[in-house]
Amino acid sequence: MTKHPSPLREGRGEGAAPAVSFDRITCTFAARGGGGSYTAVKDVDLAVGDGEFVSVVGPTGCGKSTLLNVAAGLLRPSSGTLQVFGEPLAGVNRRAGYMFQSDALMPWRSAIANVMAGLEFRGVARSQARERAQAWLERVGLGGFGDRYPHQLSGGMRKRTSLAQMLILDPQILLMDEPFSALDIQTRQLMENELLELWSANRKSVIFITHDLEEAIALSDRVVVLSAGPGTRPIGEFAIDLPRPRDVSEIRHTPRFIELHDLIWHSMKEEVLKGYAQTRNRVSA
Amino acid sequence: MKKSTLRFWQFALLAILFLLWQLLAQPGLVPPFVWENENRAAFFFGEPLKIFKVIWAWFAGGEIYQHLWVTLQETALAFVIGSVLGLAVGLWLGLSPTASALFDPYITAMNAMPRVVLAPIFMVWFGLGIWSKVALGVTLVFFIVFFNVYQGVKEVSPVVLNNTIMLGANRRQLLRHVYLPSATSWVFSSLHTAVGMAFVGAVVGEYLGSAKGVGYLIQQAEGAFDINTVFAGILVLTAFALVLDFAVGQAERRLLVWRPTQGETEQL
Repeated sequence: MTKHPSPLREGRGEGAAPAVSFDRITCTFAARGGGGSYTAVKDVDLAVGDGEFVSVVGPTGCGKSTLLNVAAGLLRPSSGTLQVFGEPLAGVNRRAGYMFQSDALMPWRSAIANVMAGLEFRGVARSQARERAQAWLERVGLGGFGDRYPHQLSGGMRKRTSLAQMLILDPQILLMDEPFSALDIQTRQLMENELLELWSANRKSVIFITHDLEEAIALSDRVVVLSAGPGTRPIGEFAIDLPRPRDVSEIRHTPRFIELHDLIWHSMKEEVLKGYAQTRNRVSA
Repeated sequence: MKKSTLRFWQFALLAILFLLWQLLAQPGLVPPFVWENENRAAFFFGEPLKIFKVIWAWFAGGEIYQHLWVTLQETALAFVIGSVLGLAVGLWLGLSPTASALFDPYITAMNAMPRVVLAPIFMVWFGLGIWSKVALGVTLVFFIVFFNVYQGVKEVSPVVLNNTIMLGANRRQLLRHVYLPSATSWVFSSLHTAVGMAFVGAVVGEYLGSAKGVGYLIQQAEGAFDINTVFAGILVLTAFALVLDFAVGQAERRLLVWRPTQGETEQL
């Protein structure tokens, strides 16, 4: 197989293998009820450097989550290879933490038991796991809520518990699938700032999926724009040269932010309209 | 309505019903308008006063306790054995599509069969002691629990499952930390029905042939046309079932604290 040179391949660690690299990844699903198939993503090349925060934006239903599931090892691509720190991925990606769009906490476990679950699975002694989980709950501002069950927590608190649950395992790669999309705007900005703070303390590679361009720009080092489905692929990428540390609610008003926003939105608009038209045609057909 | 007022009226209604029953059934009190003989109503329907007298004699004399104890044992054993079997088989078939496809017609057939007809066979196999009744109860409980667990396994949230996989759980840990708790919650949601079925199995089994148990008492009285004792047995069974149901409700509330009850969105 010929190596496909990717213009997107760059990272902080010059020369080192990227944390995650998609190499001509294609995912085709058999259509429901047999007959025909649906290509969600096609020939995707994308590299995320070590310690880089990359956001992926695109129209709804364009296969963003599919890409993330491939990176997590939960979904095997139809063709193409996925490499993690230079090694082809087989099975579940053990170096990655995944934060899902919807509630993913185990409802039968209290908040602290949820946070310590990963440590338990790795065979860490219960008392020690509990201690570390308590420390993480405090870090995400939920120190006094360890004994609550998920249904007793608000949406924002559940997200913070999920964040602690993922970060306690200290993964090198964070995969985040619209993690804050269900939250109201104030809670969301708080969570975004918290995420940035935790990330800057201990830089991990992040793939952050969102449909919110402002969120993408405010958080990332780089924004990748995907085309409308089917056969989604990256159609543009933009380096975000805003200074860090950032405050997501303030940075939105800086001239450079607005400039970047216009630039990226301009390239996205066509795809969003295309995606919209396709959905409409599918309905009218 | 306030809770205490509600309770009052619930009991008042019961008292009125018993009073009416007594009035209509007691010989000579109301002229017979349906029956040609004034003793006929009491013969068919019994009289609450005499029924209570029988019950009082049972409890005061202590005769009833051994029978209740036997029925309770049978119910509890049938419930536990049936639930464990249902849980195990439900988990197995839920997680193995091949086994599920293979056994599907058999499960359907066995569930469709009226299992009470097995009672005589169990009596031949296990004798007239408690085990033939336990066996009958098990066949009733098993299917309720089995179908619930099977459903529970199929309906484990894929997001919770994927999240747990990403947290590093292996297959055994997934079974223990995701499938089992999820399935158990479905078992508990069918707890009332399952305990009820275990009880039915025990009483029907006793009724069909035994030497002890409340079902046996009823069957004996029936043989002697002693309608008051039959009704006394039915009342004791009903009260017993209510107590059992209450105990199950308490257990459920303790074990399923993690589940949001309807209408309660306790948020902070």
